[in-house]
Amino acid sequence: MTKTKETKLARSKQLNQAIAFTIFRLLSYFIVAILFIILTFIIMKGVKVVNWNFITQMPEEGMTKGGIYPAIIGTLCLVAGSMIFAFPIGVLAAIYMNEYVKDGIAKRIIKQMTNNLAGIPSIVFGLFGMSLFVNKLHFGDSILAGSLTLGLLALPVVIRTTEEALKAVDNTFRQASLGLGATKWQTIRKVVLPISFPNIITGLILSIGRVSGETAPILFTVAAYFLPKLPTSIFDQAMALPYHLYVISTSGTNIEESRPIAYGTAMVLIIIVLIANLLANGLRKYFGNKVKMN
Amino acid sequence: MLSSSITTLTVILIVIFLFKEGLGVFDQKPVENGYIIAVNKANPLNEISSAQIKNLYDQKITRWNEIGGKPDSVFLFRMEDISNFYSEDQIGSNFENLPKCLSRVIDSIPNIIAFFPEKYLDKNFKGKQLEVEKITFSQFFTGKEWFPTAQPAAQLGVLPLILGTLWVSLGAILLALPLGLAAAVYMSEIADDRIRRVMKPLIELLAGIPSVVYGFFGLVIIVPLIQKTFELPVGETGLAGSIILGIMALPTIITISEDAMRNTPRAMKEASLALGASKWQTIYKVVVPYSISGISAGAILGIGRAIGETMAVLMVTGNAAVIPHSILAPVRTIPATIAAELGETSNGGLHYKALFALGCILFLITLFINLSVEYISNRKKHNQS
Repeated sequence: MTKTKETKLARSKQLNQAIAFTIFRLLSYFIVAILFIILTFIIMKGVKVVNWNFITQMPEEGMTKGGIYPAIIGTLCLVAGSMIFAFPIGVLAAIYMNEYVKDGIAKRIIKQMTNNLAGIPSIVFGLFGMSLFVNKLHFGDSILAGSLTLGLLALPVVIRTTEEALKAVDNTFRQASLGLGATKWQTIRKVVLPISFPNIITGLILSIGRVSGETAPILFTVAAYFLPKLPTSIFDQAMALPYHLYVISTSGTNIEESRPIAYGTAMVLIIIVLIANLLANGLRKYFGNKVKMN
Repeated sequence: MLSSSITTLTVILIVIFLFKEGLGVFDQKPVENGYIIAVNKANPLNEISSAQIKNLYDQKITRWNEIGGKPDSVFLFRMEDISNFYSEDQIGSNFENLPKCLSRVIDSIPNIIAFFPEKYLDKNFKGKQLEVEKITFSQFFTGKEWFPTAQPAAQLGVLPLILGTLWVSLGAILLALPLGLAAAVYMSEIADDRIRRVMKPLIELLAGIPSVVYGFFGLVIIVPLIQKTFELPVGETGLAGSIILGIMALPTIITISEDAMRNTPRAMKEASLALGASKWQTIYKVVVPYSISGISAGAILGIGRAIGETMAVLMVTGNAAVIPHSILAPVRTIPATIAAELGETSNGGLHYKALFALGCILFLITLFINLSVEYISNRKKHNQS
């Protein structure tokens, strides 16, 4: 009597588990499916438009024809500009935080502030960039103002990934170097940085992916709706891919006719992000193995 | 040293700039610079608020005694109405007699309220210029109408925008939380390593897709779908925003709660299994309760992302600045309002400052969210030690 009860209980336990696990698995696959639907949809539609001409020609006829060349160049300028600003500062900040500062209230405050900065919505960065760089410092709507705004946005990402990379370096390396009589700075430069270099680069690539897709911060600091020429200085306005996509899909002169261009632009954006992620993952895996072997 | 304090410095600078501009809104009058509101001398009113001006001109207030005047009906007067009183010849080809005409009209009609540019104010003006009340804190936060460019008086009530933001974000989190939790449990406890290693980068990729691409996807797929399914006149609704934001909040929720679950000590899980609990029982009786603070941190951060998201929401929610009554109505969020309107404002004007004030609200909300996440995860560390 009790035995059958027990087996019954055990069976219902098993059944419950099977049902729950199936549901969880299905829901997880559903999320992956969402990702694939978005990717395949945009790539399927985009692939019909994207060709060599599309990425090397100027927009024509109210952006219903032609290419997106100036937007690509604009985005490249912005990415380069923001990284020139954010990468060195972010890496230095992370080195200082991880290698020099002792645990304590100062470190806690800096950490907290970095977290806060990371949590600030991108549109607030846009507001800030507009009031400081565009109006106060009189940069005007320019690549410089946009790059600085995007750079500030990317800072926490760079700092965090670099910190992780530095933390991953085994302390025995540091001790060995210091034990051989190297100074702290020498240890950092010759031991810690070379080992963590691949991971730092991974962080850089990920921030590039992030920066190239940001729209809200550049709305009021750099973006031009239609500018069929390339920027010649850092004080020029520029077109940018994400802003271009936003404009032609919502408020273009002829939304229906510029739809194909919108799909193409979305696809180019997605491909940039895809490449950045693949590259970052590849690097992580490749160097992860190498460091372990050493 | 200097470089490490740059984040602190940036946060402080952001606060200074945001609040300096944003608080300026409470220093401004809601009537456009260079315009005045005037009444007849006999009118006992001296001050008027922007809501009263709007209600007068919308003819929701039709008698002066409703706002503390005499029991007369209200006579609305705008600049262009002057042609009902004087001919073009009398006004003059260059409007040289306009100030005098305006003064005379206002003097002759006891129940008049007039709205006209200050430059046409006569030197011996016989009417009475009304003092327009500055926008107050409570008006700003409880006002139900957002018409920042309305004439004669701008209406700056942020309540519909705040509610719209919360409404859309709440919907997003309701959609994303069950899905995200399921995926986190699956990845940390159920799936084998091989599947995990495939899924993790995919989730990261989901986080990497630019918000404007999500917005575009929502615009071409989800919006028409909603329109067809519910047979609505427009598909740009709060629901569309919630769905897109939900997808965008997924990676945050999954990554953080998965990390928390993986940190459950092995000994605890094994103890549970050894007592005869099934794996599933172990998950919901041991792993989930143990990692609940991490899970709630993930959920809160997910809400934070949803609240601050701009472009995707701007593209799919329809942007009607009204208090939402159903998920199938268009709504407008704070970030979307800033993004949509800042381009049209004049630098330093009332509208500009009002948008910065919105930025302040947004900043404070996200700061609060960050600090509470910090608090939750700190509390957990204390419990452990």
